[in-house]
Amino acid sequence: MRSFSLIDLVSLVEALRWTVALVVLALGFGAPLALGLAMGRISRFAGLRWIMAACIQIVQSVPLLGLLFFFYFGMPMFLGIQVPAILAVTVAYTLYTAAFLGEIWRGGLEAVKQAQWEAGACLGLSAWQQFRHIIGPQALRLSLPPTVGFLVQLIKGTSLASIIGFVELARAGQVVSAATFQPLLTYALVAAIYFALCLPLTLWSRSLEARLDGSR
Amino acid sequence: MNFLPLWRYQNQLIDGAIVTLELTVISAVCGLLIGVAGAVALNGRITPLRWLVRGYIELLRNTPSLIQLFIVFFVLPNFGLKLPAFEAASVALSLYFGAYSVEIIRAGLDSIPRNQVEAGQCLGLSGWQVFRHIVLPPALRNVYPAVTSQFVLLLLGTSLASQVATDELFHVAGFIESRTYRSFEVYAVICVVYFAMAMSFKALFAIIGAAAFRWPRRR
Repeated sequence: MRSFSLIDLVSLVEALRWTVALVVLALGFGAPLALGLAMGRISRFAGLRWIMAACIQIVQSVPLLGLLFFFYFGMPMFLGIQVPAILAVTVAYTLYTAAFLGEIWRGGLEAVKQAQWEAGACLGLSAWQQFRHIIGPQALRLSLPPTVGFLVQLIKGTSLASIIGFVELARAGQVVSAATFQPLLTYALVAAIYFALCLPLTLWSRSLEARLDGSR
Repeated sequence: MNFLPLWRYQNQLIDGAIVTLELTVISAVCGLLIGVAGAVALNGRITPLRWLVRGYIELLRNTPSLIQLFIVFFVLPNFGLKLPAFEAASVALSLYFGAYSVEIIRAGLDSIPRNQVEAGQCLGLSGWQVFRHIVLPPALRNVYPAVTSQFVLLLLGTSLASQVATDELFHVAGFIESRTYRSFEVYAVICVVYFAMAMSFKALFAIIGAAAFRWPRRR
C-alpha cells in the first residue's frame, strides 16, 4: 500500500486518452452506419425499413454490457480465434452508436416535412440532390442537440469497457483505488474528470436546443 | 455451438431475471419519487433548494452510472455506511434514474400552457382540482413516452449491478460461464433474455399507453 501521489493522477489522465480513443472509434465507425440505418428507415421499400427497424430495436433492447461481453468473450470462442480487446470493444460500441444515432437521425429526417421532398422533386432535383441540399441540412440542424446528448451517453458508456479489462479512465481508477486504498479520492477524481468532459457537451446540447426553439 | 449444457442452469437464470426485475422496479419507483420531489423543488420558490436539485441533476447525469455505483459501494463504507450489494445497487440506480426523472417530470409540468391553469381558476376550481383535472392528465400523457423509454434503459442498466456482485441476471451469466466455459452461448442467451424482457415491457407500456391516453389529442 502506498499513498496517492502525482503518478496516480498522471496514470488517470493518461488513461483518459483511451476513453477519448474509444469515443472517436465508436463515432468514426458508428456514424456512417447510423446514416445508413437512418436512410434505410425512411426508404421507400417496406422490407428495408422493417429490417433496419429490427436491427435498431435489437441493439437498443440489449444491455451495452451484454454487447461488450458477447463480442469480447463470446465471439472469439465461437470463431475459434483470438480477438484483440480493442477490436471487440470497437465492434460493440460501433453497433451501440449506430443504433442510437440511427434512430435520432431518422427522427430528424422525418421531422422535415414531406412537402420539402416534393418541392425538391418539382425543381427537378434527383433524390440524392433533394437529400443533400434540402432535407439533409435541415435534418442535421434538428438532430444536432440530441446527437450531442448521445455523445454524453457514449462517453459515460465507455466506462463499461473497464469491465472487460480495457484500461480506460474507469479501469485506471479501479487500479489506482486498489493500489492506494483511497477509493474516495480516486473515484471522486474519476467522476470529476468524466464530469468535466460531459458537462460542456450537455450545456452545448441545451443551448443548441434553445436556439432551435426560438427559430421556429 | 451447443446450448444444451446451459439447460440445467435455467433455475439460476430465472432467479437472476427476478432479481433484475426487482432491482429495476425498486429503482424506478424510488427514482420517480425523487423525480416528483425534485420537480416540485425546481418549480418552488426556495432558491438554494433549486440550486441543490440542479447540482444533483447535472452531477448524476454527467458521470457514468458505473462510477456512481462504485462510489456507493466502495466509498460510502468509509463513512460508516456499508450497504449490501443489492441495496447499494438500488441506491445508485435510484439516484441515477431520479436525476433523469426530475427533468422529465419538470418538462411534463412545464408543457401545460399557463393559460389553461388560469382558465381552470376562472371556472372556480381549487388549486388541487386544477392540478388533478387540468394539469395532471395531459402532463402524464406528455411524460409517458420519456418515462417508459427511460425505464427500459434502466432495466438494461441494472446489468451494471453485477460488478458489485448483486445476484442479478448478468452476474448469473458470469457464474454459468465459469462453470461451462461456453461464453458464446451464455452471452447470446443472456442478450436474448434481456431483449425479451425489454420488448415485453415496451409492448406492455404501449398497451397501457393506448388504453390510458385515449382522449382526443390536443391540436
